[in-house]
Amino acid sequence: MSYDYTAFIILLPLASFILLGLFGRQYFKNVSGIIGCASLLISAVLSIYAADQYFFVNENVAGTFESIIPVHYTWLEFSPDISIDMGILLDPISVMMLVVVTVISLMVHIYSLGYMKGEERFSTYYAFLSLFTFSMLGLVVSSNIFQIYIFWELVGVSSYLLIGYYYDRPTAVAAAKKAFVVTRFADLGFLIGILILAFGAETLDFQTLIHRLTDIQTTQFVAMNASAFLGVSLITWALVLVFIGGAGKSAMFPLHIWLPDAMEGPTPVSALIHAATMVVAGVFLVARLFPVFHQVPAALDVVTIVGITSALFAAIIACTQTDIKRVLAYSTMSQIGFMMFALGVSGFYGAAGSGFTASMFHLFTHAFFKALLFLGAGVVIHLVHSNEMKDMGGLRKLAPVAHLTFLIACFAIAGVPPFAGFFSKEEILHAAYESHPWVYYVALITSGITAFYMFRLYFSIFWNKESQVHEAHGEGPWSMKLPLILLAIGAAFAGFIPFSKYISPEGTPFHSEFHFTFSIAPVLIGLSGIFIAYVLYFRESTRPQRISESLGALYRTVHRKFYVDEIYSFITKRIIFNLVGRPSAWFDRTIVDGTMNGIARATATASETIKAMQSGKVQSYGIWFFGAIIGMVVLFLYLWK
Amino acid sequence: MSSVPITHILFVSTALFFIGMYGFFTRRNMITMLMAIELMLNSVNINFVAFNKYLFPENLDGIFFTIFIVTIAAAEAAVAIAIIINLYRSHKSIDVDDATEMKF
Repeated sequence: MSYDYTAFIILLPLASFILLGLFGRQYFKNVSGIIGCASLLISAVLSIYAADQYFFVNENVAGTFESIIPVHYTWLEFSPDISIDMGILLDPISVMMLVVVTVISLMVHIYSLGYMKGEERFSTYYAFLSLFTFSMLGLVVSSNIFQIYIFWELVGVSSYLLIGYYYDRPTAVAAAKKAFVVTRFADLGFLIGILILAFGAETLDFQTLIHRLTDIQTTQFVAMNASAFLGVSLITWALVLVFIGGAGKSAMFPLHIWLPDAMEGPTPVSALIHAATMVVAGVFLVARLFPVFHQVPAALDVVTIVGITSALFAAIIACTQTDIKRVLAYSTMSQIGFMMFALGVSGFYGAAGSGFTASMFHLFTHAFFKALLFLGAGVVIHLVHSNEMKDMGGLRKLAPVAHLTFLIACFAIAGVPPFAGFFSKEEILHAAYESHPWVYYVALITSGITAFYMFRLYFSIFWNKESQVHEAHGEGPWSMKLPLILLAIGAAFAGFIPFSKYISPEGTPFHSEFHFTFSIAPVLIGLSGIFIAYVLYFRESTRPQRISESLGALYRTVHRKFYVDEIYSFITKRIIFNLVGRPSAWFDRTIVDGTMNGIARATATASETIKAMQSGKVQSYGIWFFGAIIGMVVLFLYLWK
Repeated sequence: MSSVPITHILFVSTALFFIGMYGFFTRRNMITMLMAIELMLNSVNINFVAFNKYLFPENLDGIFFTIFIVTIAAAEAAVAIAIIINLYRSHKSIDVDDATEMKF
């Protein structure tokens, strides 16, 4: 069966972007939300249909899910081998991502109908959302590594536009700029990595590239492994550089600084871009190149270490933040760290590839519960008009739907059975336990901290003290409640999907067993995290305050996010500005500008002195003319010998 | 015909040229200057004809050029006189020293 219609999944949001972006403000001011939702609804239906066709109807050939390229054309050809193509590559992970992106995006589109109602730039907002969805869909189906780079930058642009949506707030503008610059800086690594890969593998096409770099008999494989730079083989350099790009987009330590600030954007945007879809692009990139990564243990080790560091680091910071969106941002970073190290510890063949499967599984479930958490936080923020925890408390009666769905999401992220996060996190921990035990222990502690800070958030918002909100305008219209309920269903039941039957590094299904005794420890740790949060935050008390005071400097360090922002501004403002910026500014002003000004000044002086010759008297011109001719005659006939 | 050496003819044309040049630099009346320019042009014409006759009698290039220059000179004189008339209308003078606005 043909998959040609998948092109519409990607092109519909583009059409909606063009329509709303060009004409939205004049003609569709009131219906722009409906247009955006309708195009996304069609996209979502088509992608679910495609997934059904791919996984269930067509089944698999000889036990393996094949990669299919239904749409493909060559865009820029540099040489017969190296060309930038635009195409759609369907394989298990891209089909899965199509479903995730369209469904979450649809939920956010519907939610925004209520949340963004009455905004001045309502249609612009929907245009940007459509642009983002188009770019993200283009990214996940890319058949060419340069195509993925193009869409990679496009999601960066739409993220920038949406973070800076409230452009009259200086903090939002600064946050948008920060996000753009930091990810752009990381993308420099990505670009260099692509160039090395293109140079070594002599192709940009994903399938050819993966084939050439995994088959040990190809000349490209031998060349890339044999040649080395600074004692590290070329392929390792390429993969680590590509991973730097992924780490920047996925907010991995130490390139994470843009993500918490990105919460300045509208809350539905945070749910879509900075929680469920765009930030997992880095994980997706590593998964897409996983067969190549698998050949290079050093690169996988980098992925593992960066992943586990980010997971623990972000979880610790999340415990001390008071802005609820920032807590969720750090929690996102921590969960993406889980996905990253799951890829890092994964093997390739058969059940050894369970880390890869678990990573994709967690990506899938995380998209549901984290989007739900953000949308729930959006309802709460709508209600109390503040992001700070101290302004909240006791909201369970004012926002019953948000309360219940938020609780489900918290259970899911804390890994309480039978919610979605339990299964995916279990698989990740198990994969880590099998290959890298030390990673497992760190991850175990992290998941305990995760449970603690999520329930700290939950209790602080919905219990803790009596509600201070008096004007009860409810939790918003149905357009806001419906996505919460649908996502809550996903967060509760997505875990029962047998992922290993569909997604594995090889494309061959394997049977993953459920390890009952193994899951006792993580669940107990999670429950004790919840219990500690219950003791400290269920009722209003001064205990958390006293604990933080007794920790002193340690608490302050964590509260200030380990001073990473300060280190960055020290490096940029003190070192780069003083040692690079100022000298080059001096060079520019004195040498470059000086040369130009000098030339201009010399010309002006010369013309001042000789302009008296232009007297307006024809006869004096004539004298000069004849004099010059006589001079030239003398010169050429007598002197030029 | 060939009894007249070419140097005589060149002498005439050189004399004519410098007479024209003298006139161009010393007169202030624009019409006179124009006439001086015509003298210079004609001295060149004489040169063309003379060299054609004495060096390449089988060719007609020099004579051809002369006719060409005469034609151009006629057109140029018409334009120049038109300019002079217009200047006279605006300045009430055809003295070249009265028309010096076109300077820096």
